[in-house]
Amino acid sequence: MSSALTSSIASRFENIVGSAFVRTEADAVADYRVDGSLPAAAVLPENAEQAAEIVKIAVREKFALIPCGARTSLGVGMPPSRYDVALDMTRLQGVAHYDPGDLTISVDAGMRLVELARILAEKKQFLPLAVPFFEKATIAGVIASGLDSPLRHFYGTARDFLIGAEFVDGTGALAKSGGRVVKNVTGYDFHKLLNGSLGSLAVITRLNFRTFPVQSSRRGFLASFADEIHALTFVKELAASPLTPTLVEAIAPEFAKLFLEEKSPVASLRLDVQAWTVCVGFEGSSEVCERYARDLGRLARMASTQDATSVHDSQFLSLLEILREAPVSMSRAASRSIVFRFATLPGRLADLLRALRSFANSSWIPSVVLIRSGSIIYFALLPRQGDEAATKQIAYFWKSVDSLQGQLEFNASVLFCPTEWKSEFDCKAQGTESSDLQRRVKKAFDPNGTFASGRFPGGI
Amino acid sequence: MNAALTSELHSLLGKRNVLSNPEDLALYEYDGSVDRARPEIVVFPSGTSEVSRIVKLAVKHDVPIVGRGAGTGLSGGALARGGGIMIAFGRMNQIIELDLENRRALVQPGVVNFDLTRAVEHAGLYFAPDPSSQKSCTIGGNVSENSGGPHTLAYGVTTNHVTGLELVLPDGEIKRIGGKITDSLGYDLCGLLVGSEGTLALITEITAKLSKKPEAVKTLLAIFETVDDATETVTDLTARAITPAACEMLDGWTLCAVEDYVHAGFPRDCGAVLLIEVEGVTEAVASQAVGIEEVCKAHKAREVRTAKDDQQRELLWKGRKTAFGALGRLAPSNYVLDAVIPRSKLPQALRRVLEIGKECGLNIGNIFHAGDGNLHPLVLFDPRNREQFEKAVKASTDIVRYCVEIGGALTGEHGVGMEKSELMTLMFSEADFALMRRVHSQFNPTGLLNPGKVFPMGKGCGETRIRTSPMHRPVPA
Repeated sequence: MSSALTSSIASRFENIVGSAFVRTEADAVADYRVDGSLPAAAVLPENAEQAAEIVKIAVREKFALIPCGARTSLGVGMPPSRYDVALDMTRLQGVAHYDPGDLTISVDAGMRLVELARILAEKKQFLPLAVPFFEKATIAGVIASGLDSPLRHFYGTARDFLIGAEFVDGTGALAKSGGRVVKNVTGYDFHKLLNGSLGSLAVITRLNFRTFPVQSSRRGFLASFADEIHALTFVKELAASPLTPTLVEAIAPEFAKLFLEEKSPVASLRLDVQAWTVCVGFEGSSEVCERYARDLGRLARMASTQDATSVHDSQFLSLLEILREAPVSMSRAASRSIVFRFATLPGRLADLLRALRSFANSSWIPSVVLIRSGSIIYFALLPRQGDEAATKQIAYFWKSVDSLQGQLEFNASVLFCPTEWKSEFDCKAQGTESSDLQRRVKKAFDPNGTFASGRFPGGI
Repeated sequence: MNAALTSELHSLLGKRNVLSNPEDLALYEYDGSVDRARPEIVVFPSGTSEVSRIVKLAVKHDVPIVGRGAGTGLSGGALARGGGIMIAFGRMNQIIELDLENRRALVQPGVVNFDLTRAVEHAGLYFAPDPSSQKSCTIGGNVSENSGGPHTLAYGVTTNHVTGLELVLPDGEIKRIGGKITDSLGYDLCGLLVGSEGTLALITEITAKLSKKPEAVKTLLAIFETVDDATETVTDLTARAITPAACEMLDGWTLCAVEDYVHAGFPRDCGAVLLIEVEGVTEAVASQAVGIEEVCKAHKAREVRTAKDDQQRELLWKGRKTAFGALGRLAPSNYVLDAVIPRSKLPQALRRVLEIGKECGLNIGNIFHAGDGNLHPLVLFDPRNREQFEKAVKASTDIVRYCVEIGGALTGEHGVGMEKSELMTLMFSEADFALMRRVHSQFNPTGLLNPGKVFPMGKGCGETRIRTSPMHRPVPA
């Protein structure tokens, strides 16, 4: 966009939102950088109607627009192929509706997750979205980025408790799907499509959730094992038991060394950083928690645990925080790290993990592993400073992973990596099916290709 | 009758798998709803490739297509509103694969819901969606309508239990979306297709999640003198964060009919009962049951009984699940409504339902999923009496309209289908419909697939306006 055009368009945006909420100065738009691309303007609407007006201008002028919140997860996804306008939704922060008696809440897109948690906590409720960037992220950003939570093990992903949404579609119209009740099959479930859509379908303006009661006690259990075989045996036995824990995370020794050793109060647990550690969360009455502690101890001993300990309240919450932020911590553990996410079936997990570690070992690049819920592997490669061969080695790793398709059932995506590496591979390409149907959805929502151009896998 | 099409279908499937005699077709003009629409041909494919070829023939002859499972639906979703070809999935009833280690089942759409549970119960697993018709309804139908059931309070509706689908698009193309893995990459197409009521694609294979049976189950029957006491109990249970696996309400009038029918031991002299089930580890079940009993007593429950064994428990559930059938003994026909309200508004909503019944001079029974605010008022009427039929429809519309007004939704588990397509305007704006139409057009551009469903017909929905077969003869009123 030329500077003359910028100023003419900026004035039209200003007519909608006021001059204080249109940013075109270089240092201001720099805050909206996405993988090295800068917009010509950042616009901050006050409400959904203003957001719709801005989208209409973008459609008319053929501008490429990226909706954003706190901009914590804009690194997820491919670099944009075009980027003219950042639509900053952080001024929409209201609670549209909260019915604690119905366990439902409806909040505006820009509400921070931490604020939402505070509002719900007043009524002893919560949303099981313990996701990365928790302290800064906005609720719509969390949904659009599709990052997951350790609590998915029991509570499921956002797909399971997002009950409705309002949004601006790619024609600039305000539309909605779902509703504010916990059970509803009226019309097409468009809100499900918004999960992980990276802003490529619509600008989310409001989200409706089912909320959950905070249980009287939340505790954790940690057991260490000599190797991954024993750790995964424990995870498998736990899955076969009658227990329904809130989280089950298996941590490789390198992870414990990097992220758990020094953290207080987790440090007081004196984790054996040479061992694999399995963290289990559970909640309920004191009788229920005692039963869990007893059974977990037995199952861990059967899987030849080296050591096991229970963690209570503040220790557990600290542990949850570390697990919650794990993918981000992994991405920050080296100057140029790459974090992959593999989703597989419980029965294929051990084989997939073995293959990934073997590829990583042959690349000589240090790796860190976290296994979530017995079926998801967060796998980070952390090249050493000045490792010139890292790019090639990582490309080779990715190619090796691709060779496993057909032998093992899994899908793979790159969650975080330096921009320059993204051109080496489509960040979410492996395992993506029916791209033709994906395109049809994109075409219906965003017929002019206004939103988040090129950011979604497969060049959508 | 299009003789060329019939002949081509005979060649493709064999004569025994094609019905076109009026007396045969008459069986397929019904489902569980009050609507009727007769197909012109009913076909019984045995596999996906046959479905694809049938669809291609339909396109060639410009004839509408509708899929059908067991025909137990309650919103007219599987009725041939535009005439044309009905694809009955009854012969596609194979469980293709049971992957017990990963708790997945690959099934054809004609597999009966409960048959899947029966096939995996030896491994301590089950298929969680449990509509009242689970012993006859098919999983394909459940997926199309996003069906629920009593236990969806804890475990969610069908969409929460499907990870992959095989589809036949309206041009005959076969596609797969998702798979056994929970997190598929790209847009959540399964989330879009499940519950799309057969308007976007035909579903020819389903990858279903299997759930682990709980260690302990406790079923409680709380007996109340008034409906208000029962509904206030539900509101209070929700507010106190007690989350049973199921929480069903039956009003006293309904109970008498049920008791006459199944002899489950329900009281004949109360205002309402709550059938509440808690599941989980033994300790959690015990403490939840204590909490529930306390809340029930606080709301003047006359008695709280606990099922002593599986036999008693099954009898109570039999009473609940056959209640609609039991009420069928009281009137020639009934209209089962399905609407949702916020649980905090349950007492006022039930009062309004009863008022509407009085206003219309009709008996309305209430047997419903109280725990998630999913009402199922059952309006009894005689369809031979035109005035009564019209009153029943008016009562139903008034109830649904009221539910939406207080923050609820048109349907919690039965789907929109034919029944509520005209009421969609109560919830959705023109912009909402415009987006729905664009998505519909991307998948079903000719509109041949299940025309006249979901979208209101009076709104001039362009390409989604009902497509009627050139050979269609409407069923006489």
